[in-house]
This record gives sequence, C-alpha cells and structure tokens, in this order.
Amino acid sequence: MEQLMADLKKQIIEALNLKHLKPEDIGDDQPLFVEGLGLDSIDALELIVLLQQHYNIKLANPQDGPQIFKSVKTIAEYIRANQPS
Amino acid sequence: MSAITRYCRIHNRTLYNQGQPVFTQAEGTLDDFLDAALQALSIPYPKFYKMDRASKLGFLGAEMLVKDAPLLSRYAPEQVALVLANAHASLDTDIRYYESTKTLASPALFVYTLANIVGGEICIRQGIKGENAFFVTPAFDPDLLHTYVELVMATDKTQACMAGWVDVLGDQHDVFLYLLEKQQPAGMPEHTAEQLRKLYQ
Repeated sequence: MEQLMADLKKQIIEALNLKHLKPEDIGDDQPLFVEGLGLDSIDALELIVLLQQHYNIKLANPQDGPQIFKSVKTIAEYIRANQPS
Repeated sequence: MSAITRYCRIHNRTLYNQGQPVFTQAEGTLDDFLDAALQALSIPYPKFYKMDRASKLGFLGAEMLVKDAPLLSRYAPEQVALVLANAHASLDTDIRYYESTKTLASPALFVYTLANIVGGEICIRQGIKGENAFFVTPAFDPDLLHTYVELVMATDKTQACMAGWVDVLGDQHDVFLYLLEKQQPAGMPEHTAEQLRKLYQ
C-alpha cells in the first residue's frame, strides 16, 4: 500500500503537471480537490485517464469519482479493490 | 488620443521588456524555457504549468506588461479590453491532442484546442472583463490590429487595451504584446500601424 501511494503521487504530479510539487508534499489523506491540492474538474478527468493507463481500471460509475478521488489513500484503496488480476 | 504605454516581445527564447532582454535560455526545450521564464519573473502561479504553450507565452507577455503597475489598480475590470491575433490558431496543441488520442485522449490538452483560450488565461490572471477578440491571420498584421483596437478604444467603456500577437508552432514562437491606454504620461508612442510595425521588428 505504501509503495502504491508513493507511485500514485509521482503519477499524479506527472499527469496533472503539478511541477511546483514534490511527492512528499502530498499527504496520504490530504484532500485533492478544492481546499487541498486545489485540483479542478479537468484534473478529475485526467485522474480517470491515469487509472486506465497505469492500472487498467475503467471507472464503472463516474459518479463515484468524488469518493474515489478524495485523497491518494482512497485512490490506492480503490485500485487495490478493483485492479484486474 | 490613446498611446502605447508598455510593450514586450518573446522570440528566440528571450523575453524582451520595453525592448530590453530580461531573460534568455537557449538550452533545453521550449517548454523548459517557458517554465524557467516564469521562475525568472518570480511569479507564483501553479496553474501556469498546466497551460499549453500558446497560453504560457501570452501569460508571460501579459505579466511583463503589468508587472510594475497592475491594470486593476487603475481600471475597472470591464474597462480593459484584450485583442489578440496569431497565424497558427491552436494548431500546436491540436497536434499534441491528436497524438494523445492514439492511446487515451487527454482532457487537459483538449481544453486548450481553441485559439482564444490564451485570452481566457490572461483575463483570469489579470482580472480583465472587457471586450475581447482573437484573429487568425497569415502573418503579423499591424494594420488589422491598429484598426480593430482603435474601434474598441473608441467606445466610452474601454479605457485600456492589451493587444498583440501570440503565435507558436512546435519550437517556433513569436510574441508581441502592447498596452494601450487613453490616459497616459506625455511622450508615449502614438498608436499607429507604423509604430506597431516598428516595435514588432
């Protein structure tokens, strides 16, 4: 889980062009949207693409997005629960 | 009578403010240069890194124009207009977006596949809410810019106008922006097509 979250932080920085951040700047439980990292709706779409590209996971129901993309930890938990074997 | 109170250029990977080079970086990619230019101007604006190259160029040019005198310290948001032009519209980003569709289309690239997005980014940053227009012409056209900007400035509402040329395709980039103001100190260059041609060169 720790390694997965570390990988996710690097992938999020790369995919979302967050060049002003380092992986250690992103807390495991830190909110990604609004009051946290300040991501927006386009970033949410990029996160969906990221899941598909890196983890072969297609979001079955986009309305689940706000819960899944709440933090790096919630994304990692979703990947663990849904990654194809 | 309106006059040109500020102007800047970005070309050959060099920022020029009022005709003077303020930052240059020949090595690396154009993206490297643009990101380094933001650092050089000491502008903390994380959203810059998400922009396409045209928006980054327009953003940097606009910053140079207002760095010492923010527009909204002198004007209401609705009093400032923005008129831009280029030759390649959003083709630079269109190509990158098309490449991304071969695997998974990038939403972040898609939102920049319109030429006038650069104007939107400048307006968001500078708080501009006045008239705006974006023209696509084969080459820098001082006559068109002069004529249209004068029309915009002829309205009572508009007191200032940021205008110019923001073009990029691949590594080729060319920016000329100027600020036109109705109220200005004496001795500023008059707004004529010939003056624009001279400042652009």
